[in-house]
Amino acid sequence: MNALNIKKGSSSHSAYELRDPNGDLIESHTLAVLVANESGVLARVIGLFSGRGYNIESLTVAEVDHEGHRSRITVVTRGGPAVIAQIKAQLERMVVVHEVHDLTAEGPAVQRELALFKVRGKGETRVEAMQLAEIFRAKVVDSTLESFVFELTGTPEKIDAFADLMRPLGLAEIARTGVAALSRGV
Amino acid sequence: MATMTGAKMVVQALKEHGVEVVFGYPGGAVLPIYDEIFQQNDIRHILVRHEQGAIHMAEGYARSTGKVGVALVTSGPGATNAVTGLTDALLDSIPILVISGQVPTFMIGTDGFQEADTVGITRPCTKMNWLVKDTANLAATIHEAFHVAFSGRPGPVLIDIPKDVQFANATYVPKAEARPSHYAPRVRGDADQITRLVEMIEQAERPVFYTGGGVVNSGPRASALLRELVAETDFPITSTLMGLGSYPASGKNWLGMLGMHGLYEANLAMHGCDLMINVGARFDDRITGRIKDFSPGSKKVHIDIDPSSINKVIHVDVGIVGDITLVLEEVLKQWRARGSKTAKPALKTWWAQVNAWRAVKCLTYKGSTKTIKPQHALERLEALTKGHDRYITTEVGQHQMWAAQFLGFEDPNRWMTSGGLGTMGYGLPASIGVQIAHPDALVINVAGEASWLMNMQEMGTAMQFRAPVKQFILNNERLGMVRQWQELLHGERYSHSWSESLPDFVKLAEAFGCKGIRIDDPADLDEAILEMIRYPGPVIFDCRVEKHENCFPMIPSGKPHNEMLLGDADTQGVIGSKGAVLV
Repeated sequence: MNALNIKKGSSSHSAYELRDPNGDLIESHTLAVLVANESGVLARVIGLFSGRGYNIESLTVAEVDHEGHRSRITVVTRGGPAVIAQIKAQLERMVVVHEVHDLTAEGPAVQRELALFKVRGKGETRVEAMQLAEIFRAKVVDSTLESFVFELTGTPEKIDAFADLMRPLGLAEIARTGVAALSRGV
Repeated sequence: MATMTGAKMVVQALKEHGVEVVFGYPGGAVLPIYDEIFQQNDIRHILVRHEQGAIHMAEGYARSTGKVGVALVTSGPGATNAVTGLTDALLDSIPILVISGQVPTFMIGTDGFQEADTVGITRPCTKMNWLVKDTANLAATIHEAFHVAFSGRPGPVLIDIPKDVQFANATYVPKAEARPSHYAPRVRGDADQITRLVEMIEQAERPVFYTGGGVVNSGPRASALLRELVAETDFPITSTLMGLGSYPASGKNWLGMLGMHGLYEANLAMHGCDLMINVGARFDDRITGRIKDFSPGSKKVHIDIDPSSINKVIHVDVGIVGDITLVLEEVLKQWRARGSKTAKPALKTWWAQVNAWRAVKCLTYKGSTKTIKPQHALERLEALTKGHDRYITTEVGQHQMWAAQFLGFEDPNRWMTSGGLGTMGYGLPASIGVQIAHPDALVINVAGEASWLMNMQEMGTAMQFRAPVKQFILNNERLGMVRQWQELLHGERYSHSWSESLPDFVKLAEAFGCKGIRIDDPADLDEAILEMIRYPGPVIFDCRVEKHENCFPMIPSGKPHNEMLLGDADTQGVIGSKGAVLV
C-alpha cells in the first residue's frame, strides 16, 4: 500500500496548495481604513495582514476625529484582484473598522508622503545637492557647513527618485512618513 | 442607577443577558468575581479541571442551545489555557464570551505574577477582545461583547479585567441605557441577487444544495426554511460536517455529508452539478479538494453572512450576503410568487444519476464476527439510541468521520464537533457543556482513545456536577487518522502513531467514581450499549475495535471529487506526489 515514494529528507513539503497569486496582475492598492481610536486597534489591523500573509508596503495612522474617536489608517498593499478584494472584505468585517475605501479602485486619489533626507558633503557635491533639491522643491530645514537636512513632500515615486539622486551625493539617512491619501474631487 | 464594584457588575451584566451557567476556574486575579458568584444563586458555576475544558464546555453549551456560552478564567496560565478553545470557536463560528482576570492596571507591563498579555495573545483568536481599564466602562463592554459574539457571523470574544477594576466602584449601566454598538453586520440579502438565484433554480438541470454550519448558527428557523425549499424544489442536498442536522438524515433528498470523507453520491453530485447553492458553508479545503478541478461545470451561488467568505477560495457567480433565515425567507417568497417551477424532466434524469451513485453504497465495509468494526459499533449505537433525546459530540480523527457517516441527525444543534480547528480533546468537555444545558438528554461523546486522553481530567467535572455523559471510546490503540495517512502517504512508516501504556479505562472509570464498560466481542455490543444508556451516571465505554481499519470513502489530498477512494479499493498509486504535501 505504499502509494507514494517520497524521498527521505524531501524539503518541498508545504502544508497546503498555494494559491495562484494571479501572476502579473499584481498591483499596489492604497486603502483608507477608518477605525475606532481604541487601544489595540492598530495591532488588530496589522495582525490581519501578517496573519493572513498580505503585504504592507506603507502604513500611516493618526487620529483624524478627536470627538468621534476615529483614526485613519492608510495602508498601501500589493496583490492580485482577488487578494485585494479579500483584504478589503477582511478589513470591513472587523468589529473596530468603520469604513474601508480602496482609493486605487474607487477613482483618482491624491497620494503624498513626507520625507527628510540628511545629506553630508563639501564643495561641489554640496552645491549639486542643493541645486537638485531646488528642482524637486525640497526645503532645507537644517544645515551645517558639511550637511543639509532636506524636507520633501510628494508621491512615493518622487521621494524614491530624489533619494536615488542624493545617494551619490552623500545621502546619510532618510526618514519617511508613509503615504497619506485622499480621493480627488468632492 | 446603582453603584457597585466591577466584580458585582460582571455578575449583574451576565444576569441581565440571561446567563444561567458559567464554566470556570478560579485564581488570584478573578477572586473578586468569584466572591460575587458565591453570594448569589441565579448563575450556576461549573468548576472545570483545566481552562481548556471550560472553553469547550461553553462551546458545547452554545452550540446545543443557540445561546452565548460563558467561561471565566484567571490571568496568565488561565488565559493562555483558553487559547485553543478560543481558536476552535473562531474557526467554527461559535458564540462564546470568555472573561479573564488580569493583574491590577498599575502592574500591567511589569511581568507581575501570573501576568500575560492576554489581549495580545488572544487578538488573532477572538472576533474581538477588550482590556477594561476603568470600571465605569465595564458594564457597557460586557453588553458590547454579547452583541459582537452573537451578531453577524458568531464568534468568541474575550474581556480582560484587571483586579483593581474588579474592586473599584462605578455606576452600572444597564443594556438599555448603554451606547448602541456601531457593529451592525448586514443581515438582509440583496433582492436582485436573490432573484438571480431563483431564476437559476428554475433553470437548473443538475442542482445540488451544499449547506454548512451557517444554517445551524442562523437558528432553527433557517433549518425549517431550508427543508421547505428542498421539499419544493426537490433538489438533492448535502452538508458539511458542521451543518449536519439542518436537513434531516431521514429526508428523501439527503445525500449525506460531503468532503474528504464524505459520501460518494454527495461528492459526485458536487462534481457533476450545473448549479451549486452554497448555504452557509465556506468552501473549506476538506470540501473542495483540488481547487482547479472543483465542480468544474457548475454555476455557483453562495449565501453567507460574512462578506469575506464569498470569493475567498472559490469564485462564485452569485454572492448573497445576509442571514440565512432572512435570505431563505426571501428566496421562498420570490420562488412562490413566480409559480415555483423547476426543470422537471432534467431533474428526473439527474436524480437517476444520483441514485446510481447511491447504489454504489460507498459506506460498505467488511464485517467481522471476531473483532468489533468501528463502523459496526456506530451503526449499533445509532440503532439503539435513535429514539432518545440525543446529543452527540466527538473528538477528532477517524471516529469523528465515522460518526458523521454512520449517525443520522434529524435536527440542528444535536451534533457538536470540532470541524475547522480539529481539536483533539474537544469532545469530552463539550459533552459536559451539552449535558449541563440539557440535563435529561442522552449525551454521547464518540471518541478515540488518543483524543479522549487529552482532556480526560474533565471526568471529575462530570462527576462533581452529575452530568451523566457517555464516553463512547472506539479504542484502536492507535492515532487512527495519523496511522491511516502514514499507511497511504508515508510508506507505512508508523511514526509515533500508536498508543502504548494506555490506562485501563474500566479502572479509570472506577477511580473517577463512574461506570466503566469494556467490550471486544461484537456479540456483546448491543447489550453493552444498552447498559451504557441505562446507567444513570457518566460511563466510560472502552470499545475495543479493529486496529487497522481505514476510513473510507476518502478523497486523497490534491485530488478532485471524482477521484475518491472507496472501501477497500486498491489505493496503489492513487495519490500523486503533490497530494502528499497537503495535510
